[in-house]
Amino acid sequence: MQKLDYLKETPSQTAGPYVHIGLAPGAAGFDIYDHELGWDIAGPNARGERIRIEGLVIDGTGSPIKDVLLEAWQANSEGNFAHPEGGGPVEDGFCGWGRVITDFGTGEWAFETIKPGPVPGRNGKIQAPHISLWIVARGINVGLNTRAYFDDETEANAADPVLNTIEWENRRPTLIAKRSERDGKPVYRFDIRIQGDGETVFFDI
Amino acid sequence: MSKPAEYYQRDRSRHPVAYTPGYKTSVARSPRLALISLEQSSSEITGPAFGHNDLGPLDHDLIKNYAKDGDPIGERIIVHGRVLDENARPVPNTLVEIWQANAGGRYRHKKDTYLAPIDPNFGGCGRTLTDENGYYFFRTVKPGAYPWRNLVNNWRPAHIHVSVFGHSFSQRLITQLYFEGDPLIPICPIVQTLPDADAVDQLTAKLDLNATIPLDSIAYKFDIVLRGRRSTLFENRLEGN
Repeated sequence: MQKLDYLKETPSQTAGPYVHIGLAPGAAGFDIYDHELGWDIAGPNARGERIRIEGLVIDGTGSPIKDVLLEAWQANSEGNFAHPEGGGPVEDGFCGWGRVITDFGTGEWAFETIKPGPVPGRNGKIQAPHISLWIVARGINVGLNTRAYFDDETEANAADPVLNTIEWENRRPTLIAKRSERDGKPVYRFDIRIQGDGETVFFDI
Repeated sequence: MSKPAEYYQRDRSRHPVAYTPGYKTSVARSPRLALISLEQSSSEITGPAFGHNDLGPLDHDLIKNYAKDGDPIGERIIVHGRVLDENARPVPNTLVEIWQANAGGRYRHKKDTYLAPIDPNFGGCGRTLTDENGYYFFRTVKPGAYPWRNLVNNWRPAHIHVSVFGHSFSQRLITQLYFEGDPLIPICPIVQTLPDADAVDQLTAKLDLNATIPLDSIAYKFDIVLRGRRSTLFENRLEGN
């Protein structure tokens, strides 16, 4: 028998309770780097609507998880990613990537960005605007992937190939962020439920 | 629209499952429903890139990057290795971030109340970019073991947390590096979330005497493997391979 000589992916381990030391040291209580990464997703030059997304990450007991780190990855308003295979050019300073932590007291997280445009999917299908999220924390053995869609994109969401992959239609709303206005600015609410009633859909990407 | 070159599926049998009751915190923080499998699109096959402008000159040197009036206490070590993909190709110019406890087993974190002292000269985090061959290295001190509230007498083996980006959002990985020969490894509930001995071995950095600097620092070698990728599309081979 021939052997396949592929290497094996390094196994994941939990990020632990002190993930901030490595990835957001200011939050751990000390300044060490000239600048921390992931605080400005879209940059000042990005076109498109400026939005805020906020929420909680809730565990199986119904409690907010207060030591989560989330990373966001998104396209610009034209559906291009800041990457050589991202589909096209992006504005100077647009990186599309962000890193946020939950508040130690309340568990709330939030980031400011621009609303992404529709993104080409597989086989010529267009995906509705969405932001990919990656969640790590103490007790999470492998980072969790999910997506935030927007509730004011009803038509695009109905045609989205990924939302339509979810056979259980009653689970699809767990991926839809809800728009409201605060001080005249759009705010989307996106609570993530790790376990229990209304468990958020997580993806194996 | 051409078909994007996909990353290999994550071999879930290689990773811990979500619900591992021996590691108690996972009990309420593990999804109960199955993950939904996705066909990868540009959302998954792209990811953030970082450059040298993002980093400071001492970011990879934990002995110097927080030193106030001397060097940190502890055994001086070098941690080095390569970031590769499953095809054994190097992953160049990718961000590797680490964090760890000091030599006494205490983290510089406002939530860590362990009685071991804070080291005034040790921050406990570092970051670097791999070079064109996927090579990286850090200089630091060996972290101490420390107790934690799981079972009442659980101790974490000495470990360094490692975060790697790769070139796509689907390659994103956080893991932990353990040190060869540590008797706490086999009895750690977090290590025991790993499905088999080979997975544990892959997370165990090996003493590397050749990379050790005589009369200065002991070296450990730790290669990191990210998901591989099918070859890019060729016009005469539309499905890739």
